Amino acid sequence: MRNCWVIIKRELGAYFSTPLAYVFIVIFLALSGALTFFMGAFFERGQADLNSFFSFHPWLYLFLIPAISMRLWAEERKTGTVELLLTLPIQTWVIVIGKFVAAWVFIAIALCLTFPLWITVNYLGSPDNGVIFASYMGSLVMAGGYLAIGSCLSAVTKNQVIAFILTAVVCFLFLMSGVELVQSFFQGWAPAFVLEALGSMSFLTHFNTIIRGVIDMRDVVFFGSIIGVFLYVNAAVIDLTRGS
Amino acid sequence: MSAKNTMISIKGLTKDFGSFRAVDNISFDVKKGEVLGFLGPNGAGKSTTMKMVTGYLPISAGEASVCGFNLEDHPLEAKTKIGYLPEGAPLYGDMTTIGFLNFIAEIRGLLGDLKIKKVTSAIEKLELMSVMNQPIDTLSKGFKRRVGFAQAILHDPDVLILDEPTDGLDPNQKHQVRELILNMAKKKAIVISTHILEEVEAVCTRAVIIAAGKVVFDDTPAKLKKHSSSGSLDDVFRELTQVN
Repeated sequence: MRNCWVIIKRELGAYFSTPLAYVFIVIFLALSGALTFFMGAFFERGQADLNSFFSFHPWLYLFLIPAISMRLWAEERKTGTVELLLTLPIQTWVIVIGKFVAAWVFIAIALCLTFPLWITVNYLGSPDNGVIFASYMGSLVMAGGYLAIGSCLSAVTKNQVIAFILTAVVCFLFLMSGVELVQSFFQGWAPAFVLEALGSMSFLTHFNTIIRGVIDMRDVVFFGSIIGVFLYVNAAVIDLTRGS
Repeated sequence: MSAKNTMISIKGLTKDFGSFRAVDNISFDVKKGEVLGFLGPNGAGKSTTMKMVTGYLPISAGEASVCGFNLEDHPLEAKTKIGYLPEGAPLYGDMTTIGFLNFIAEIRGLLGDLKIKKVTSAIEKLELMSVMNQPIDTLSKGFKRRVGFAQAILHDPDVLILDEPTDGLDPNQKHQVRELILNMAKKKAIVISTHILEEVEAVCTRAVIIAAGKVVFDDTPAKLKKHSSSGSLDDVFRELTQVN
Protein backbone atom coordinates (compact mmCIF):
# COMPACT_ATOMS: atom_id res chain seq x y z
CA MET A 1 0.00 0.00 0.00
CA ARG A 2 2.72 2.46 1.02
CA ASN A 3 4.87 1.38 -1.90
CA CYS A 4 1.95 1.99 -4.24
CA TRP A 5 1.73 5.55 -2.93
CA VAL A 6 5.48 6.05 -3.48
CA ILE A 7 5.04 5.00 -7.13
CA ILE A 8 2.00 7.26 -7.59
CA LYS A 9 3.93 10.19 -6.14
CA ARG A 10 6.89 9.62 -8.44
CA GLU A 11 4.74 9.21 -11.54
CA LEU A 12 2.66 12.32 -10.86
CA GLY A 13 5.87 14.23 -10.21
CA ALA A 14 7.19 13.02 -13.57
CA TYR A 15 4.12 14.43 -15.37
CA PHE A 16 4.51 17.85 -13.88
CA SER A 17 8.31 18.05 -14.09
CA THR A 18 8.10 17.84 -17.89
CA PRO A 19 6.02 19.96 -20.29
CA LEU A 20 3.84 16.88 -20.91
CA ALA A 21 1.30 17.75 -18.23
CA TYR A 22 0.87 21.35 -19.30
CA VAL A 23 0.69 20.57 -23.02
CA PHE A 24 -1.87 17.86 -22.37
CA ILE A 25 -4.05 19.98 -20.11
CA VAL A 26 -4.02 23.00 -22.45
CA ILE A 27 -4.88 20.87 -25.48
CA PHE A 28 -7.55 18.93 -23.61
CA LEU A 29 -9.23 22.14 -22.41
CA ALA A 30 -8.94 23.90 -25.77
CA LEU A 31 -10.29 20.95 -27.74
CA SER A 32 -13.10 20.11 -25.36
CA GLY A 33 -14.13 23.78 -25.30
CA ALA A 34 -13.98 24.15 -29.07
CA LEU A 35 -15.93 20.93 -29.65
CA THR A 36 -18.61 21.92 -27.13
CA PHE A 37 -19.22 25.37 -28.55
CA PHE A 38 -18.69 24.85 -32.28
CA MET A 39 -19.43 21.22 -33.08
CA GLY A 40 -21.77 20.66 -30.14
CA ALA A 41 -23.68 23.92 -30.68
CA PHE A 42 -23.79 24.58 -26.93
CA PHE A 43 -25.63 27.93 -27.25
CA GLU A 44 -27.81 27.11 -30.23
CA ARG A 45 -29.30 24.08 -28.51
CA GLY A 46 -30.67 26.39 -25.86
CA GLN A 47 -30.66 23.66 -23.25
CA ALA A 48 -29.18 23.90 -19.78
CA ASP A 49 -27.10 20.75 -19.86
CA LEU A 50 -23.57 19.66 -20.71
CA ASN A 51 -24.49 16.98 -23.25
CA SER A 52 -22.69 18.80 -26.04
CA PHE A 53 -19.57 18.71 -23.83
CA PHE A 54 -19.66 15.10 -22.70
CA SER A 55 -20.74 13.53 -25.98
CA PHE A 56 -17.35 14.35 -27.49
CA HIS A 57 -15.35 12.73 -24.69
CA PRO A 58 -15.19 9.24 -26.20
CA TRP A 59 -13.63 10.77 -29.33
CA LEU A 60 -11.35 13.16 -27.51
CA TYR A 61 -10.03 10.36 -25.30
CA LEU A 62 -9.43 8.20 -28.36
CA PHE A 63 -6.24 10.06 -29.18
CA LEU A 64 -5.48 12.00 -25.98
CA ILE A 65 -5.39 9.01 -23.63
CA PRO A 66 -3.02 6.92 -25.77
CA ALA A 67 -0.74 9.98 -25.67
CA ILE A 68 -0.65 9.69 -21.87
CA SER A 69 -0.52 5.92 -21.64
CA MET A 70 2.07 5.25 -24.36
CA ARG A 71 4.97 6.26 -22.13
CA LEU A 72 3.90 4.31 -19.03
CA TRP A 73 5.93 1.16 -19.78
CA ALA A 74 7.42 1.63 -23.24
CA GLU A 75 9.64 4.44 -21.96
CA GLU A 76 10.83 2.39 -18.98
CA ARG A 77 11.69 -0.49 -21.28
CA LYS A 78 13.50 1.76 -23.73
CA THR A 79 15.65 3.50 -21.11
CA GLY A 80 16.22 0.33 -19.10
CA THR A 81 14.79 1.79 -15.88
CA VAL A 82 12.35 -1.13 -15.84
CA GLU A 83 15.29 -3.27 -14.71
CA LEU A 84 15.93 -0.91 -11.83
CA LEU A 85 12.25 -0.88 -10.90
CA LEU A 86 11.75 -4.65 -11.06
CA THR A 87 14.84 -5.39 -8.96
CA LEU A 88 13.54 -3.21 -6.13
CA PRO A 89 11.66 -5.03 -3.36
CA ILE A 90 8.20 -4.30 -4.75
CA GLN A 91 5.66 -6.54 -6.52
CA THR A 92 4.94 -6.01 -10.21
CA TRP A 93 1.22 -5.53 -9.67
CA VAL A 94 1.84 -2.75 -7.17
CA ILE A 95 3.84 -0.87 -9.80
CA VAL A 96 1.16 -1.52 -12.44
CA ILE A 97 -1.57 -0.13 -10.18
CA GLY A 98 0.58 2.78 -9.03
CA LYS A 99 1.34 3.87 -12.57
CA PHE A 100 -2.28 3.45 -13.64
CA VAL A 101 -3.68 5.40 -10.69
CA ALA A 102 -1.18 8.24 -11.21
CA ALA A 103 -2.21 8.58 -14.86
CA TRP A 104 -5.87 8.40 -13.87
CA VAL A 105 -5.45 11.09 -11.23
CA PHE A 106 -3.73 13.22 -13.84
CA ILE A 107 -6.70 12.85 -16.20
CA ALA A 108 -9.06 13.61 -13.32
CA ILE A 109 -7.15 16.86 -12.76
CA ALA A 110 -7.54 17.77 -16.43
CA LEU A 111 -11.23 16.91 -16.26
CA CYS A 112 -11.73 19.01 -13.12
CA LEU A 113 -10.21 22.00 -14.89
CA THR A 114 -13.21 22.05 -17.25
CA PHE A 115 -15.23 23.47 -14.32
CA PRO A 116 -15.75 26.87 -16.04
CA LEU A 117 -18.20 25.08 -18.36
CA TRP A 118 -20.16 23.87 -15.38
CA ILE A 119 -20.21 27.41 -13.97
CA THR A 120 -21.30 28.77 -17.36
CA VAL A 121 -24.22 26.40 -17.69
CA ASN A 122 -25.32 27.10 -14.12
CA TYR A 123 -25.10 30.84 -14.78
CA LEU A 124 -27.17 30.60 -17.98
CA GLY A 125 -29.84 28.25 -16.70
CA SER A 126 -30.67 25.71 -14.07
CA PRO A 127 -29.29 22.36 -15.21
CA ASP A 128 -29.69 19.06 -13.41
CA ASN A 129 -26.41 19.02 -11.50
CA GLY A 130 -26.97 15.40 -10.55
CA VAL A 131 -26.82 14.42 -14.21
CA ILE A 132 -23.71 16.57 -14.71
CA PHE A 133 -22.01 14.94 -11.73
CA ALA A 134 -22.91 11.48 -13.01
CA SER A 135 -21.56 12.41 -16.43
CA TYR A 136 -18.27 13.59 -14.97
CA MET A 137 -17.98 10.31 -13.07
CA GLY A 138 -18.92 8.34 -16.18
CA SER A 139 -16.35 10.20 -18.23
CA LEU A 140 -13.66 9.50 -15.64
CA VAL A 141 -14.53 5.81 -15.46
CA MET A 142 -14.45 5.55 -19.25
CA ALA A 143 -11.08 7.32 -19.26
CA GLY A 144 -9.93 4.61 -16.83
CA GLY A 145 -10.95 1.96 -19.36
CA TYR A 146 -9.00 3.63 -22.16
CA LEU A 147 -6.05 4.06 -19.82
CA ALA A 148 -5.94 0.42 -18.71
CA ILE A 149 -5.93 -0.68 -22.37
CA GLY A 150 -3.18 1.85 -23.09
CA SER A 151 -1.06 0.83 -20.10
CA CYS A 152 -1.30 -2.83 -21.09
CA LEU A 153 -0.34 -2.17 -24.71
CA SER A 154 2.48 0.13 -23.66
CA ALA A 155 4.09 -2.84 -21.93
CA VAL A 156 4.05 -4.81 -25.18
CA THR A 157 6.60 -2.62 -26.95
CA LYS A 158 9.66 -0.46 -26.39
CA ASN A 159 8.44 1.97 -29.00
CA GLN A 160 6.09 4.70 -27.78
CA VAL A 161 4.71 5.42 -31.26
CA ILE A 162 3.71 1.78 -31.71
CA ALA A 163 2.13 1.83 -28.25
CA PHE A 164 0.15 4.95 -29.23
CA ILE A 165 -1.16 3.49 -32.49
CA LEU A 166 -2.01 0.07 -30.99
CA THR A 167 -3.88 1.73 -28.15
CA ALA A 168 -5.80 4.06 -30.43
CA VAL A 169 -6.85 1.16 -32.68
CA VAL A 170 -7.90 -1.16 -29.84
CA CYS A 171 -9.77 1.67 -28.09
CA PHE A 172 -11.47 2.50 -31.39
CA LEU A 173 -12.66 -1.10 -31.74
CA PHE A 174 -14.02 -1.07 -28.19
CA LEU A 175 -15.65 2.27 -28.79
CA MET A 176 -17.29 1.26 -32.03
CA SER A 177 -18.09 -2.38 -31.37
CA GLY A 178 -21.79 -1.54 -31.07
CA VAL A 179 -21.85 0.48 -34.25
CA GLU A 180 -22.74 -0.60 -37.79
CA LEU A 181 -19.15 -0.15 -39.03
CA VAL A 182 -17.82 -2.94 -36.83
CA GLN A 183 -21.01 -5.01 -36.56
CA SER A 184 -21.44 -5.29 -40.34
CA PHE A 185 -18.08 -7.01 -40.50
CA PHE A 186 -19.45 -9.86 -38.38
CA GLN A 187 -23.02 -9.91 -39.68
CA GLY A 188 -23.83 -12.78 -41.96
CA TRP A 189 -21.34 -15.25 -40.61
CA ALA A 190 -21.09 -14.80 -36.84
CA PRO A 191 -23.89 -16.19 -34.65
CA ALA A 192 -26.27 -13.69 -33.09
CA PHE A 193 -24.86 -14.05 -29.57
CA VAL A 194 -21.43 -12.98 -30.83
CA LEU A 195 -22.92 -9.84 -32.33
CA GLU A 196 -24.77 -9.19 -29.11
CA ALA A 197 -21.67 -9.78 -27.00
CA LEU A 198 -19.69 -7.44 -29.23
CA GLY A 199 -22.39 -4.81 -29.01
CA SER A 200 -22.38 -5.03 -25.23
CA MET A 201 -18.61 -4.36 -25.19
CA SER A 202 -19.13 -0.94 -26.73
CA PHE A 203 -17.75 1.97 -24.71
CA LEU A 204 -20.11 4.25 -26.58
CA THR A 205 -23.28 2.41 -25.54
CA HIS A 206 -22.25 2.28 -21.89
CA PHE A 207 -21.10 5.88 -21.79
CA ASN A 208 -24.28 7.13 -23.47
CA THR A 209 -26.49 5.63 -20.77
CA ILE A 210 -24.32 7.25 -18.10
CA ILE A 211 -24.47 10.74 -19.60
CA ARG A 212 -28.23 10.49 -19.80
CA GLY A 213 -27.95 10.56 -16.02
CA VAL A 214 -28.67 6.87 -15.49
CA ILE A 215 -25.97 5.29 -13.34
CA ASP A 216 -26.62 1.66 -14.04
CA MET A 217 -24.49 -0.76 -12.04
CA ARG A 218 -23.94 -2.73 -15.23
CA ASP A 219 -22.11 0.18 -16.85
CA VAL A 220 -19.91 0.74 -13.82
CA VAL A 221 -19.16 -2.98 -13.58
CA PHE A 222 -18.41 -3.02 -17.30
CA PHE A 223 -15.75 -0.31 -17.11
CA GLY A 224 -14.49 -1.74 -13.82
CA SER A 225 -13.97 -5.15 -15.42
CA ILE A 226 -12.24 -3.63 -18.45
CA ILE A 227 -9.81 -1.90 -16.08
CA GLY A 228 -9.31 -5.04 -14.00
CA VAL A 229 -8.77 -7.38 -16.93
CA PHE A 230 -6.37 -5.13 -18.80
CA LEU A 231 -4.28 -4.33 -15.71
CA TYR A 232 -4.08 -8.04 -14.93
CA VAL A 233 -2.85 -8.73 -18.46
CA ASN A 234 -0.53 -5.72 -18.12
CA ALA A 235 1.26 -7.31 -15.14
CA ALA A 236 1.48 -10.63 -16.98
CA VAL A 237 2.94 -8.93 -20.07
CA ILE A 238 5.60 -7.25 -17.95
CA ASP A 239 6.66 -10.56 -16.44
CA LEU A 240 6.77 -12.14 -19.89
CA THR A 241 8.79 -9.39 -21.55
CA ARG A 242 11.42 -9.05 -18.81
CA GLY A 243 14.84 -8.77 -20.30
CA SER A 244 13.75 -8.65 -23.93
CA MET B 1 27.73 -24.35 2.13
CA SER B 2 25.93 -24.00 5.43
CA ALA B 3 28.41 -21.39 6.64
CA LYS B 4 26.46 -18.31 7.65
CA ASN B 5 29.02 -16.21 5.86
CA THR B 6 27.78 -17.40 2.48
CA MET B 7 25.84 -14.46 1.09
CA ILE B 8 25.22 -15.54 -2.48
CA SER B 9 24.73 -19.16 -3.42
CA ILE B 10 24.33 -20.20 -7.06
CA LYS B 11 23.74 -23.82 -7.99
CA GLY B 12 23.48 -25.08 -11.55
CA LEU B 13 22.14 -21.74 -12.73
CA THR B 14 21.00 -21.92 -16.36
CA LYS B 15 19.26 -19.50 -18.69
CA ASP B 16 17.80 -20.32 -22.07
CA PHE B 17 16.56 -17.75 -24.53
CA GLY B 18 14.59 -19.95 -26.89
CA SER B 19 17.07 -22.51 -28.14
CA PHE B 20 20.07 -20.39 -27.17
CA ARG B 21 21.68 -21.28 -23.84
CA ALA B 22 23.11 -18.01 -22.50
CA VAL B 23 24.15 -19.31 -19.09
CA ASP B 24 25.02 -22.97 -18.77
CA ASN B 25 24.99 -24.67 -15.38
CA ILE B 26 26.98 -22.13 -13.37
CA SER B 27 27.68 -22.74 -9.69
CA PHE B 28 29.58 -20.67 -7.15
CA ASP B 29 29.22 -19.13 -3.70
CA VAL B 30 30.22 -15.68 -2.56
CA LYS B 31 31.11 -15.13 1.09
CA LYS B 32 31.05 -12.03 3.19
CA GLY B 33 34.25 -10.03 2.69
CA GLU B 34 34.78 -11.34 -0.80
CA VAL B 35 34.97 -9.11 -3.85
CA LEU B 36 34.31 -11.33 -6.80
CA GLY B 37 35.42 -10.13 -10.21
CA PHE B 38 33.10 -11.61 -12.79
CA LEU B 39 34.95 -11.71 -16.08
CA GLY B 40 34.30 -12.80 -19.59
CA PRO B 41 34.10 -11.59 -23.15
CA ASN B 42 31.04 -9.66 -24.29
CA GLY B 43 28.07 -11.97 -24.63
CA ALA B 44 29.52 -14.60 -22.32
CA GLY B 45 26.54 -14.39 -19.98
CA LYS B 46 27.84 -12.08 -17.25
CA SER B 47 24.91 -9.67 -17.31
CA THR B 48 22.39 -12.47 -17.74
CA THR B 49 23.73 -14.19 -14.62
CA MET B 50 23.57 -10.96 -12.66
CA LYS B 51 20.03 -10.30 -13.88
CA MET B 52 18.94 -13.69 -12.61
CA VAL B 53 20.63 -13.24 -9.23
CA THR B 54 18.96 -9.84 -8.77
CA GLY B 55 15.56 -11.28 -9.63
CA TYR B 56 15.05 -9.43 -12.89
CA LEU B 57 15.18 -12.43 -15.24
CA PRO B 58 13.35 -15.66 -14.50
CA ILE B 59 15.67 -18.63 -13.94
CA SER B 60 15.43 -21.48 -16.50
CA ALA B 61 17.06 -24.15 -14.33
CA GLY B 62 19.07 -24.39 -11.13
CA GLU B 63 18.72 -21.99 -8.24
CA ALA B 64 20.12 -18.82 -6.76
CA SER B 65 19.74 -17.51 -3.26
CA VAL B 66 20.85 -14.35 -1.51
CA CYS B 67 21.34 -14.31 2.26
CA GLY B 68 19.43 -17.59 2.45
CA PHE B 69 16.44 -16.33 0.45
CA ASN B 70 15.76 -18.24 -2.73
CA LEU B 71 15.14 -15.84 -5.62
CA GLU B 72 12.19 -17.82 -6.91
CA ASP B 73 10.43 -18.53 -3.61
CA HIS B 74 11.18 -15.32 -1.71
CA PRO B 75 12.06 -12.69 -4.33
CA LEU B 76 11.03 -9.69 -2.21
CA GLU B 77 13.11 -10.70 0.81
CA ALA B 78 16.11 -11.43 -1.40
CA LYS B 79 15.75 -8.10 -3.18
CA THR B 80 15.82 -6.15 0.09
CA LYS B 81 19.30 -7.61 0.74
CA ILE B 82 20.70 -6.63 -2.67
CA GLY B 83 22.05 -3.36 -3.99
CA TYR B 84 22.18 -3.52 -7.77
CA LEU B 85 23.74 -1.27 -10.38
CA PRO B 86 22.40 -2.47 -13.75
CA GLU B 87 24.54 -2.21 -16.87
CA GLY B 88 24.66 1.36 -18.14
CA ALA B 89 23.16 2.63 -14.87
CA PRO B 90 19.61 3.40 -16.07
CA LEU B 91 18.04 6.28 -14.12
CA TYR B 92 14.91 8.41 -14.24
CA GLY B 93 16.26 11.37 -16.19
CA ASP B 94 13.38 13.69 -15.35
CA MET B 95 14.04 13.47 -11.60
CA THR B 96 16.62 15.43 -9.65
CA THR B 97 19.43 13.53 -7.93
CA ILE B 98 17.93 14.06 -4.50
CA GLY B 99 14.39 13.31 -5.71
CA PHE B 100 15.55 10.06 -7.25
CA LEU B 101 17.49 8.91 -4.19
CA ASN B 102 14.54 9.77 -1.95
CA PHE B 103 12.28 7.70 -4.21
CA ILE B 104 14.57 4.67 -4.00
CA ALA B 105 14.88 5.10 -0.22
CA GLU B 106 11.10 5.19 0.19
CA ILE B 107 10.60 2.05 -1.90
CA ARG B 108 13.29 0.42 0.25
CA GLY B 109 11.16 1.23 3.27
CA LEU B 110 13.40 3.95 4.71
CA LEU B 111 11.29 6.70 6.20
CA GLY B 112 11.62 9.96 8.11
CA ASP B 113 14.97 10.63 9.80
CA LEU B 114 16.41 7.32 8.69
CA LYS B 115 15.73 8.21 5.06
CA ILE B 116 17.40 11.60 5.41
CA LYS B 117 20.39 10.00 7.16
CA LYS B 118 20.90 7.27 4.57
CA VAL B 119 20.38 9.54 1.56
CA THR B 120 22.75 12.15 2.98
CA SER B 121 25.37 9.53 3.68
CA ALA B 122 25.13 8.13 0.14
CA ILE B 123 25.38 11.63 -1.32
CA GLU B 124 28.46 12.32 0.77
CA LYS B 125 30.15 9.04 -0.11
CA LEU B 126 29.77 9.67 -3.81
CA GLU B 127 30.32 13.45 -3.63
CA LEU B 128 27.02 14.33 -5.24
CA MET B 129 26.41 17.49 -3.19
CA SER B 130 26.99 19.81 -6.13
CA VAL B 131 24.37 18.15 -8.34
CA MET B 132 21.76 17.38 -5.71
CA ASN B 133 19.06 19.54 -7.25
CA GLN B 134 19.91 19.02 -10.89
CA PRO B 135 17.77 16.86 -13.16
CA ILE B 136 19.65 13.61 -13.83
CA ASP B 137 19.33 14.15 -17.60
CA THR B 138 21.62 17.17 -17.38
CA LEU B 139 24.43 15.33 -15.55
CA SER B 140 27.66 14.09 -17.10
CA LYS B 141 28.22 10.37 -17.58
CA GLY B 142 30.47 10.17 -14.52
CA PHE B 143 27.87 11.79 -12.29
CA LYS B 144 25.11 9.56 -13.66
CA ARG B 145 27.16 6.48 -12.86
CA ARG B 146 27.75 7.79 -9.34
CA VAL B 147 24.03 8.43 -8.85
CA GLY B 148 23.42 4.82 -9.91
CA PHE B 149 26.06 3.70 -7.44
CA ALA B 150 24.53 5.83 -4.67
CA GLN B 151 21.16 4.22 -5.39
CA ALA B 152 22.72 0.75 -5.00
CA ILE B 153 24.45 1.36 -1.64
CA LEU B 154 21.71 3.56 -0.17
CA HIS B 155 20.19 0.94 2.11
CA ASP B 156 23.59 -0.48 3.13
CA PRO B 157 22.86 -3.88 1.55
CA ASP B 158 24.64 -7.12 2.49
CA VAL B 159 25.14 -7.97 -1.16
CA LEU B 160 26.28 -5.57 -3.86
CA ILE B 161 25.98 -6.53 -7.51
CA LEU B 162 27.62 -4.07 -9.88
CA ASP B 163 27.42 -4.56 -13.63
CA GLU B 164 30.41 -2.74 -15.16
CA PRO B 165 30.53 -0.02 -12.49
CA THR B 166 33.53 1.81 -13.97
CA ASP B 167 32.57 1.57 -17.63
CA GLY B 168 32.88 4.99 -19.24
CA LEU B 169 34.48 6.71 -16.26
CA ASP B 170 37.72 8.68 -16.42
CA PRO B 171 40.77 7.33 -14.55
CA ASN B 172 40.12 9.53 -11.50
CA GLN B 173 36.54 8.44 -11.24
CA LYS B 174 37.54 4.80 -11.70
CA HIS B 175 39.98 5.16 -8.83
CA GLN B 176 37.28 6.72 -6.68
CA VAL B 177 34.81 3.91 -7.37
CA ARG B 178 37.47 1.29 -6.60
CA GLU B 179 38.31 3.00 -3.29
CA LEU B 180 34.64 2.94 -2.43
CA ILE B 181 34.35 -0.76 -3.20
CA LEU B 182 37.44 -1.55 -1.12
CA ASN B 183 36.06 0.45 1.81
CA MET B 184 32.84 -1.52 1.81
CA ALA B 185 34.40 -4.89 1.02
CA LYS B 186 34.81 -6.21 4.58
CA LYS B 187 31.17 -6.01 5.53
CA LYS B 188 29.59 -7.18 2.29
CA ALA B 189 29.70 -9.70 -0.49
CA ILE B 190 30.42 -7.83 -3.70
CA VAL B 191 30.19 -9.03 -7.29
CA ILE B 192 31.62 -6.83 -10.02
CA SER B 193 31.41 -7.61 -13.68
CA THR B 194 34.07 -6.04 -15.81
CA HIS B 195 36.34 -6.64 -18.72
CA ILE B 196 39.04 -4.39 -17.42
CA LEU B 197 41.58 -6.87 -16.09
CA GLU B 198 43.64 -4.40 -14.09
CA GLU B 199 40.51 -3.73 -12.09
CA VAL B 200 40.41 -7.34 -10.98
CA GLU B 201 43.94 -7.03 -9.66
CA ALA B 202 43.15 -3.76 -7.94
CA VAL B 203 39.98 -4.66 -6.05
CA CYS B 204 39.02 -8.31 -6.32
CA THR B 205 39.86 -11.13 -3.93
CA ARG B 206 38.61 -13.69 -6.40
CA ALA B 207 38.15 -13.96 -10.14
CA VAL B 208 35.54 -16.00 -11.96
CA ILE B 209 35.86 -16.15 -15.71
CA ILE B 210 33.01 -17.34 -17.86
CA ALA B 211 32.97 -18.02 -21.57
CA ALA B 212 29.98 -19.11 -23.64
CA GLY B 213 27.91 -19.43 -20.48
CA LYS B 214 30.33 -21.76 -18.62
CA VAL B 215 32.75 -21.12 -15.77
CA VAL B 216 36.29 -21.61 -17.09
CA PHE B 217 38.27 -20.24 -14.12
CA ASP B 218 37.53 -19.65 -10.44
CA ASP B 219 40.39 -18.66 -8.13
CA THR B 220 42.37 -15.68 -6.86
CA PRO B 221 43.69 -13.03 -9.30
CA ALA B 222 47.25 -14.01 -8.28
CA LYS B 223 46.65 -17.62 -9.38
CA LEU B 224 45.15 -16.32 -12.59
CA LYS B 225 48.34 -14.48 -13.31
CA LYS B 226 50.44 -17.57 -12.69
CA HIS B 227 48.46 -19.38 -15.34
CA SER B 228 50.15 -17.37 -18.00
CA SER B 229 53.68 -17.86 -19.20
CA SER B 230 54.08 -14.15 -19.92
CA GLY B 231 52.57 -13.08 -16.59
CA SER B 232 50.01 -10.90 -18.33
CA LEU B 233 46.35 -11.12 -17.39
CA ASP B 234 45.33 -10.26 -20.94
CA ASP B 235 47.06 -13.35 -22.26
CA VAL B 236 45.44 -15.72 -19.76
CA PHE B 237 42.09 -14.16 -20.43
CA ARG B 238 42.51 -14.77 -24.15
CA GLU B 239 43.73 -18.33 -23.63
CA LEU B 240 40.85 -19.21 -21.34
CA THR B 241 38.03 -17.65 -23.28
CA GLN B 242 38.96 -18.35 -26.86
CA VAL B 243 38.72 -22.12 -26.56
CA ASN B 244 35.59 -23.35 -28.21
